[in-house]
Amino acid sequence: MNDMRFTERTVATDEVKIAAKGVQVYYGDTHAIKDVTIDIADKTVTAFIGPSGCGKSTFLRCINRMNDTIPSARVEGDIRIDGEDIYDKRVDPVQLRAKVGMVFQKPNPFPKSIYDNVSYGPKIHGLARNKAELDEIVETSLRRAALWDEVKDRLGAPGTGLSGGQQQRLCIARAVATSPEVLLMDEPCSALDPIATDQVENLIHELRERYSVVIVTHSMSQASRVSQRTAYFHLGEMVEYGDTGDIFTNPKDERTENYITGRIG
Amino acid sequence: MSPFWLILLVAALALVGAVLGRRKAMASAGGDARVLHSLPNYYGANVALFVAAPALLVLAAWMVIQPLALDGRVSAMIPETAYEDAGALNLLMADVRRIAEGLDLAVEQGALTAAEARAAQAEDLRARLAEIGVAVGAEIDPSTLVAAQGLRMLDARADLVRTVVILALAAAGFAFTYARTNASYRARNSVEFAILLLLIGASTIAILTTLGIVLSMLFETLNFFRQYPASEFFFSLTWDPSFSGRGGASTLGILPLLWGTLYISIIALIVSVPIGLFSAIYLSEYAGKRFRGFAKPLLEVLAGIPTIVYGLFALITVGPLLRDAIASPLGLGNSASSVMTAGLVMGIMLIPFVSSLSDDIINAVPQAMRDGSYGLGATQSETIRQVILPAALPGIVGAILLAASRAIGETMIVVLGAGAAAKIDVNPFEAMTTVTVKIVSQLTGDTDFSSPETLVAFALGLTLFVMTLGLNVLALYIVRKYREQYE
Repeated sequence: MNDMRFTERTVATDEVKIAAKGVQVYYGDTHAIKDVTIDIADKTVTAFIGPSGCGKSTFLRCINRMNDTIPSARVEGDIRIDGEDIYDKRVDPVQLRAKVGMVFQKPNPFPKSIYDNVSYGPKIHGLARNKAELDEIVETSLRRAALWDEVKDRLGAPGTGLSGGQQQRLCIARAVATSPEVLLMDEPCSALDPIATDQVENLIHELRERYSVVIVTHSMSQASRVSQRTAYFHLGEMVEYGDTGDIFTNPKDERTENYITGRIG
Repeated sequence: MSPFWLILLVAALALVGAVLGRRKAMASAGGDARVLHSLPNYYGANVALFVAAPALLVLAAWMVIQPLALDGRVSAMIPETAYEDAGALNLLMADVRRIAEGLDLAVEQGALTAAEARAAQAEDLRARLAEIGVAVGAEIDPSTLVAAQGLRMLDARADLVRTVVILALAAAGFAFTYARTNASYRARNSVEFAILLLLIGASTIAILTTLGIVLSMLFETLNFFRQYPASEFFFSLTWDPSFSGRGGASTLGILPLLWGTLYISIIALIVSVPIGLFSAIYLSEYAGKRFRGFAKPLLEVLAGIPTIVYGLFALITVGPLLRDAIASPLGLGNSASSVMTAGLVMGIMLIPFVSSLSDDIINAVPQAMRDGSYGLGATQSETIRQVILPAALPGIVGAILLAASRAIGETMIVVLGAGAAAKIDVNPFEAMTTVTVKIVSQLTGDTDFSSPETLVAFALGLTLFVMTLGLNVLALYIVRKYREQYE
C-alpha cells in the first residue's frame, strides 16, 4: 500500500446527506444486513470496503431501493435522505432513483447511441423542454464524466462500441444526466484496466464537488485514494466507520485491522 | 452374396480387426497403456474404421449404380421393333425386371431349379410365375424373356464382382492399418478425423437435399413454362384451370392465389403478433415464477395441435360464427368459408410461435440492462419499451418473419377455413384461396404429369419457396444489421 495518497482528506461539510438507522435486509431466509447504522456526509466520497459477500453492495442497493426489484428481498429499518424516509409509502422508488444515481460493476450501456444513452434519464423525467436543452444536458453530463472530448464527434455511434473505460464513464454520464444528489457506485472499476481505472478515479474526485458519492470497492488502495470516509463491512455488519486516514492507519476493530493488513478477505 | 450378408461379414471383420488392432498396440507398448500415444480402444476403433468404412461406402455406391448401369445394357437387348417410344420401353423394362425377379424367386423357393430357370420357355412361364405369386401383366414375349435372362446373368456376374471387391477392400483396409498400428501411431487423431468427416457428411446431406429439392422444382417449372407462357402465369388475374377431360384452354394466373395467400397471412399476423408479443412481455417481465411455470407450457400446447384440427375449428365453429354474427347482418356475404375465418384461426395457431420465441429473446436481454434503466429512475414499463424491446427487436423481428413463413406455407386451415375459390376481392368475408391449396388440388385425382394444369403446381411451389426464402433472408439481414453485442 505504498501508493496511498493521503491527500484531500478534509471532509468538505459535516452536513448529513444519508442517515441509516438499524437497517436489516433479508434475502428469503438469509439475513444479509444486520443492524447497520451510518451517517453519510454530503459532498464527500464514502467508501464501503470488506470481503466478498459481506453485504456492502446489498446495503448500497438499499439507498436507492434497487433491492425492490428482487422479489425475495426484504428491507427493515430507517434510511433517510435529507431527513426524508425513503422507505415511506408515499415515496415512489422510481422518483427516488432519479435522485440517487447508480453506476454498476460492469459497464452496462444500453444498445443505443451515445446520445440516447445519456438523454435516456432526462427524457423519462422530462428534464428538458426542447431539443436544445436536451443537447446541453447531454454535453454537460459527458463533460462531467470526462468523456465529451472523446465522443463529441460520434454521439450517434452505439454506446456498446466504446472501450470498457469509456463505457463506464458513459454510464457515469448517464447517471449524472438526471442531476442526482447522491451517486452510488458498485465496484465501478472492477472490470476496467489500470488506465481506465485511473480516469474513473480522477472523475470521482471531481464528482465529489457536487454529489455525495458512495463507492463499494474491493481494492483498499482505491478506497484510500478516492474516499474521505470509509466503512468496513464484515458478514453483514458494519464493523467500523470513520475518516479514511484513521481506518487505514489506526483501525480500532481487530477485524478491520486483519482485513486491511491482508489477513482476511 | 446378398448385401445383408456382405454387411454382416464386413462388420464381423471390423470387429475382429478392432480386437487384433488393440492387442497389437498393447503388445507393441509392452502391455503398458501409458506408453501408447492414444488410449488402447482408439487403436481398435481405428482398425475397425479402416476395415468397415471404405467397404460399406463402396457397397452403398455400388448398390445405387449397378441397376442403372445394367439397365442400359439390358434395354439394348430388346429389339427396337418391340416398342414405339421411351414410355413403352419403360413398361417393357419393368416387365423384364419383374420376370427376372420372378425367376430368381422361383429358384429360391424351389419351384424351379437353377437350370430350369435358365431354360424357361416363354409360353408357360406366366402361369408358373403366377403360382409363386409374381403377376406378369401380359403374355411373355420371347424377346422380353431373353432380356430378362440377360439381366439375371449380368446381375449374377455383377453381384460376384461386388462381393470380391468389397471383401478385398475390407481386407486391404485391415492390412493397411494393422501394419501401421504401433505404440507411436496417432490412432486418436485418426479416429477423430473420421468423426469430423462424419459430421461434414451429415451437414452436406442436409445441404444437398435442399439443393436437390430446388433443382427438381426448377426443372419441372421450366417444363411448365415451355408449355405455358410465363407472362400469363405471373400477370393474369384469372385462375381457371380446365382439366383435359373437359376440354378448353386453361388460364393459370398466380395473382389471385398470391392475393389470397398474402391477405390471409396478413390477417393471421395482425392477430398473432400483438397477442403473442404482449403475452411474451407479460410472461417474461411481469408474471411470477409460478404463473410462468404453468402458463408457458400451456401456451406451447397450442403449437402442438395439428393444423387439421385448427382447420376443423375454423370450419365448424369460427366460420359459421363470423358469418352469423358479422358478415350476414352487415351484408358482407353469407359464406362460412372466408379469408377472415382462415386468418383468425391461423393467427391463433401462430401465437405460440411468436410468444415462445419472443419470450426466449426477451429473457436473453441481460439483467444489467434492466438494472441500468431502473437505476436511472425508469419504471418497469419504460424499461421494457425503451431498453428491452429495442435490444430484443432483431430477435422479435426474426420470430415474426418465421411466423410469416409458416402462415404463407399453411394449407389445411385454408382448405377448411377459406374455401377453394380463387379470386381477388377486398371483402375479408368472401371465400378465397391460397397457393398451397391450389398445389394440392392440382395434384390430387387423376393427373397427367405432362399437362400444364399439373405442372403448374411446381411453378406455384417454386414461387412459394422463393417468397419464404426471401422472407428468411430478410430476417437474417435484419438480425445481422441490428444485432447488439453483449458480453
